[in-house]
This record gives sequence, C-alpha cells and structure tokens, in this order.
Amino acid sequence: MAKITYQHPDGTLTVVDVQAPDTVMRGAKLNNIDGIEAQCGGSAQCGTCHVYIDEASTVPLPPMDEVEDDVLYGTACPRRENSRLSCQLPVTDDLDGLLVHLPEAQS
Amino acid sequence: MAARSVAVIGAGQGGLETAAALRAKGFDGRITLVGEEPVPPYQRPPLSKGFLTGAVGHVDLTLRTESFFESQDIDLVTGDRVCRIDLFRSRVELASGGRLDYDRLVLATGSRPRVLPVPGANLDGVLTLRTLADAEELRALLDGPPRQVAVVGAGFVGLELASTARALGHEVTVVEAQPRVLARALTPQLSHWLADRHRQQGVRLLMSSEVAALSGSASGRVEGVLLRDGTRLPADLVVIGIGVLPRSELAADAGLLVGDGVLVDPWLRSSDRSVYAIGDCARFPGGGPGRHIRLESVQNASDQARCVATAICGGGAPYTAVPWFWSEQCALRLQMAGLTADHDETVTVGHPDEGRFSVLCYREGALVGVESVGRPADHGIARRLLTTGAWPSADEARTPGFTLKSFAVERPSEGLPTHA
Repeated sequence: MAKITYQHPDGTLTVVDVQAPDTVMRGAKLNNIDGIEAQCGGSAQCGTCHVYIDEASTVPLPPMDEVEDDVLYGTACPRRENSRLSCQLPVTDDLDGLLVHLPEAQS
Repeated sequence: MAARSVAVIGAGQGGLETAAALRAKGFDGRITLVGEEPVPPYQRPPLSKGFLTGAVGHVDLTLRTESFFESQDIDLVTGDRVCRIDLFRSRVELASGGRLDYDRLVLATGSRPRVLPVPGANLDGVLTLRTLADAEELRALLDGPPRQVAVVGAGFVGLELASTARALGHEVTVVEAQPRVLARALTPQLSHWLADRHRQQGVRLLMSSEVAALSGSASGRVEGVLLRDGTRLPADLVVIGIGVLPRSELAADAGLLVGDGVLVDPWLRSSDRSVYAIGDCARFPGGGPGRHIRLESVQNASDQARCVATAICGGGAPYTAVPWFWSEQCALRLQMAGLTADHDETVTVGHPDEGRFSVLCYREGALVGVESVGRPADHGIARRLLTTGAWPSADEARTPGFTLKSFAVERPSEGLPTHA
C-alpha cells in the first residue's frame, strides 16, 4: 500500500491509500478524483490519465515504454519532462509518498 | 430550479460516468443508478478480446469497487429494470415495483445486438456478444478443443472475436454481407489491409455473403450455416455480430422524440428538458451541419456523461468532443480519430508493411479523421489537430518524410509536446 497525493490545478490536495495491484490511475478513479478520466480503462490508448510527477519527487518510478511515450504526444495539456500516464504506474510500497499534479484538462 | 435528485437509467460506461462525474463536480443531491444486469458496472471492451483468453479477469473488468458507491453516496440498483417513465410526474417505475422521483433523468440505456432474421437463429450454440453473461458463455465454449466457429458480421465485435478465437486455436470463418470488412467504419485502404492480416492469421473471410439459415441437430444444437449462394459451412458455434440497435423503447413509450435513438439537442437534452440521453442510445447533432449521429463507443458515452453532469450542476456547453475509437485485432493496435465516412481524399503516412501507419482522411480539403495502426502518437496528435483545426493540408502530408510527430513538434500548439 502507498499514500498517493493528487494535487488539483487549484492547489488543493487529495491524499488516498492505493493498494497493489492498482495503478495511480485506478487509485484516482476509485476515489472519484476529478481530473483523471482514463477512458480506455488503463490500456494506454487514450492519454486521458495524464499526470505531472512532482519535480522534487525522489520516488522511484518504472521506466516509460515506447507506447506510453507515444501516447503522451496526444495529451490535452502540454507534455512536459515530468509527464506520465498514471495507468502505467502500478502501485508498490516504493511509491509511498508520491505527489502527482493533475493537468487542467484531459480531453 | 437546481436539481436535488438525479436518476440514471443504465449502469454501463455512460451511466456510471454520469453518476461519478456528478459527485466529483460537487452535486450533493440524491443519485440513483439503475442497471438491468445483476452485476456492478464493468468495462465492455475487453469482452471480445482479453476476457475471452483469460488475460483479463472479472476483477479487471470492474469499473469501480463496491465501496466506491457507498463512499460516493450513489444508490446503485442492479438486477432491476425501469419499466415506465412518467414524464408528467417526473417519476420512473421499476420492474420490482419501486418508484423513483427525479428532478433530472439521464437515459444511458445503451444498445442491444441486432437479431439475425433467419431460420435457426434460436438454436443452441448461436450467440451474440454484448454482456458479461454473453462473454462468460462464449469463454466457456472457446476454452476447450478446437471448434468450427462461424462469425456473422465483420464489424468490430465480429473481427475482434474472430481474431481472438483464432489465436485460441479454433477454426474461424467470418461471413459478411458487405464487400469488405468494417465497411461502415474504416477507409477501404485500412479495411483491405486489415482483411489481409486476418487471412494471414488463418481466419477465413467470406465477403459479399449473406446467411440464409442456420441448421441444427435434432436436439436443437447448431451444426452449420447455409449461405444464400448455397454454400454450407459446418459450424458448432455461431456468433452474430451484425451491429446494435439503440434501446429507446422506454423513451418512445414515454412520449419522447425518438428516431434511431433518443433525439437530443446540442446539450444532450431530449424533447423533455428534464431528460437527457447519452451514449449508444442517443442521437445528437454532429457529423456536419444539420446532421444527427449516434455513436457506439466508450469515448462517446464517457464524454457525453461528463457533459450532462456539468449541465446538471448548473454549467454546461454544447457537446463537441472529437470522436475516437480503438480496437485490438491480430495483435494490432487500431485507433481512429474523427469521422471518416464522407472523406474524398486520403494520404497514407508511415509503413503499412511494418504495421505502423496512419491514413489521413480529408473532405473538401479539410482533415475529417485519421486511422492509425501501431502509431499511438499519430492518433493522439490527430485528436488534438481535429480539435484545434491546425492540421496539415493533404499536400503537406504527402511531402516525402512527413510525419504527424514532426509536424506537431514543429508547430506546437496547445496540447502538443513542447520538450522535443
């Protein structure tokens, strides 16, 4: 289990406990956090679960594969160095304390 | 008047997203979500793909946990059916005898498979694929020694299923009345390319072929398919995938305007301003000036759900989302953005021989849609370009070495990568 913090564009924070094998995306969906759509259900098709990893984060994340890299070209808000698809971030104990910023829009 | 209670009929993708989005947007009144199936809301797309192979299990299908409905204070009613809408009293009646009063009603009733109107369609071993129960039955039949499977209809469900069944080792024949696969949804280029992939995988495709009858044993079990040209195909499993019909009977009985779906305005309101319709069952303004369309996709259901939730919360804007679709067949990733049916010009970019390419579709010089195979970046960029209107002309796209990626990077606009 890991505590994940989702920061909304207006600065408010939502902190939730997410359990393996859920992903950072599913953690948001299960807690009805507005700002993650995940229309394709987590199959890296749609790019509507885009998050920005906090720049000061030292939490170790799995590397990005080619498909995720490609899908991030089509996000509704600009892609940045710290962009990820939250459906590609499976939760492990290592992710405890992760802070992700939600973009203004997903679609 | 601000709404205090919302009833949502249909607990599929659209219905669930409506209920969830209402809460996420701060609606604090009563929300009731009524679903006919005996299970909580689940994802349908894997039912014709990973669920049949076992790669996707029941837990993966669930859209939300049971505790979600409790924590969000959403009354989820499963295994019950709305049998009547009383517009005058703003009330729906349930088959179980219950009643629900509403301030706003959202119809998310979805669609049902078309029935094949031929003798033998009721034999054992003749299935359609729409619900989890359908998929469970099919999965059990495909989990065993090789069968002779006939798939009637080369649409998305039929082809996904054909590809999956073939990969599981079954003999598969697809029978399609149109001269090419996915004739309604895909350009001829992609359609022919995809048909070749199916054939290479060992799927037999019979185009321009119509089913005359299904034949069965004395015990009522299907044994074969008889085509109009006299061909007999042996088959011990027949799956019908010839499209769906909108479930709009409740709306029609209530007196709402209906015509191949519940007719709605740009805000997705039906002819009664307290009643919205979304997803497969709704016919909305789109596809060009003065036209109405009905779309069967997760994107359409989800985006329309959020549009309606926003409207009920007091905001709201006309629905204008760019449609997109995806499919997985023959281990390929197919993604479609926009609506390509009326195109008059195409430009193919990329490498069809490697299974990585996109078909850009233009109508009177304007980009109307992009089909992509194995090019997720193209698909995402295409959705953005169709939204902003800042697409490349057909001549630009025909320039040697053109890619949507480089086009997007060279002309960054809202939503395109700025790091490269």
